[in-house]
Amino acid sequence: MKFMMNHLEKMKPLFKPGGKLEKLYPLFEAQETFMFTPPTVTKSSPHIRDANDMKRTMITVIFALIPCILFGMYNAGRQHNIVNMVQNATLMTHLLQGALLVMPIIMASYVAGGIWEVLFAVVRKHEINEGFLVTGMLFPLTLPPTIPLWQVAVGISFGVIIGKEVFGGTGFNVLNPALTARAFLFFAYPQQISGDSVWTSVVKGGAIMDGFSGATPLAIAAQVPSGGNVIEALREGGFTWMSMFGGLEGGSIGETGVIPILIGAAILIITGVGAWRIMAGGVLGLFIGSTLMNFVGNAQPEFKAFTMLPFHYHLVVGSFLFGIVFMATDPVSASATNAGKWVYGSLIGLLTIVIRVTNPAYPEGVMLSILFMNVMAPLIDHIVVSLHVKRRASYLRRFSRAKG
Amino acid sequence: MAKTRDILLDPLSDNNPIAIQVLGICSALAVTVKMETAMVMALALTTVVTFSNLIISVMRKAIPAKIRMIVEMAVIASLVIVADQFLQAYMFEVSRQLSVFVGLIITNCIVMGRAEAFALQNPPGPSFLDGLGNGLGYSAILLIVASIREILGSGTWFGHDVFAFMPESFHYMGNGLALLAPGAFIIIGLIIWAHRTIVGKFETD
Repeated sequence: MKFMMNHLEKMKPLFKPGGKLEKLYPLFEAQETFMFTPPTVTKSSPHIRDANDMKRTMITVIFALIPCILFGMYNAGRQHNIVNMVQNATLMTHLLQGALLVMPIIMASYVAGGIWEVLFAVVRKHEINEGFLVTGMLFPLTLPPTIPLWQVAVGISFGVIIGKEVFGGTGFNVLNPALTARAFLFFAYPQQISGDSVWTSVVKGGAIMDGFSGATPLAIAAQVPSGGNVIEALREGGFTWMSMFGGLEGGSIGETGVIPILIGAAILIITGVGAWRIMAGGVLGLFIGSTLMNFVGNAQPEFKAFTMLPFHYHLVVGSFLFGIVFMATDPVSASATNAGKWVYGSLIGLLTIVIRVTNPAYPEGVMLSILFMNVMAPLIDHIVVSLHVKRRASYLRRFSRAKG
Repeated sequence: MAKTRDILLDPLSDNNPIAIQVLGICSALAVTVKMETAMVMALALTTVVTFSNLIISVMRKAIPAKIRMIVEMAVIASLVIVADQFLQAYMFEVSRQLSVFVGLIITNCIVMGRAEAFALQNPPGPSFLDGLGNGLGYSAILLIVASIREILGSGTWFGHDVFAFMPESFHYMGNGLALLAPGAFIIIGLIIWAHRTIVGKFETD
């Protein structure tokens, strides 16, 4: 370490203004902050109200994601081994197989996004932001394990450039870059990111387990005819509430297991990095939405049977929890006021139910509802702040009248 | 005659109706999925804006100021109907794909804008050139957007496979987003960004 530090110090003048490699200063700066803690702290958002350094914030999110990454790998590998009927598979081989599936996706995301990140930093002469470490990790976790690597690269490029850099870089983005990248892939190449066959990796031409369909719980629930029993249909498809809570099933890499997500949520809440109000608001919104849908389903039995899915099932099917814990709490694109966070979170939950249940084109609604509320977040904050100003103003008026 | 040249060439880049004035975006999103439709639309609009400018300029001294909008409207609408009938007669398939968008040239801001801003104050010659320049400026952006969308979205250009030279095993996978209106919106945004960076024009407030 001492050696590294001396080396960096020796190279520093080269990158300072007037030095030979002045243009590449962001690269040097990134090396320095990733390895050591330089005396400077970040001066602009996303932490206006905090003396914390952005690197620490972002590293905390990465730590919170580790359970999801490990579980996602294990699960992807386990699904692969079961469906392709691999003999003598153990916990270790599941994990190794999963790493073989998942690591290339993460690498592709980091390399492709990193190149753009460095390019913009050099041209715009700003630091390389640690925020990308989180974006580049969140994005692969929202993808199916079978995604082609070139699509990962194209997607993260879109997310970094259109989702973030055209607005001025980290701290100015309206949308969550990782979700923007996923939305891009979802609309550009829907065959590789939706449907029944993408969630589990299958060896071409190999023997496949009997009765394997690859359908996710959401796809099954959406197809139940009116008058049918959704919970029964899910059980026939092999999904009980407990199994979906455990999450050993096909799905996007990071979202299937509830326990790792809860561990991540706990880390984010305890360190204060993720807003608990958004998470709580989201669960509340999901509760309100699913209860309303239950009433609709009760009153109109000819409606879809999906409306009858109770709240605690909605919580564990699909990727709502992953979205609300890791995506919706992005401090840049979420609401910043405390009251606004409740509104923002609960509307995400509500919209998720509306899209899931009523829109036949999109089986899952979390991604679109978070992106939609990202756009609305500044408006929510504006309303909260102006209501507050109005209340203070009327208080002052009453106060001065009482005095005078 | 440097000025005459400016009237014709200015709208191509420095004062482009789409990239600088941000007019006519609606049709630029709607008809640019394929080169064929974009080409026909560009021709139709260029014809309409050129001749509406010419006719309104010829009549400019006879039009009472209070009803000038209605007169302009009548001229533009007549021209649009002619263009629409022509397309239906000779290019029925394309006309069907363009559907309402030829008719909607009537409401295109570029046509009305040029009539109001230029043809009412200038003699027929320059007005004709101004209309032609603006029509070509619009066409240029339309064709660029349509090229990007058709190549990215379907891997074709004017219906021809542009990846035909690639080896047999290569299969271009069309980008679905480029075929949707939001994709066109993003592409136009990027074009405006690049264009303004090159010509150095920025809005200040």
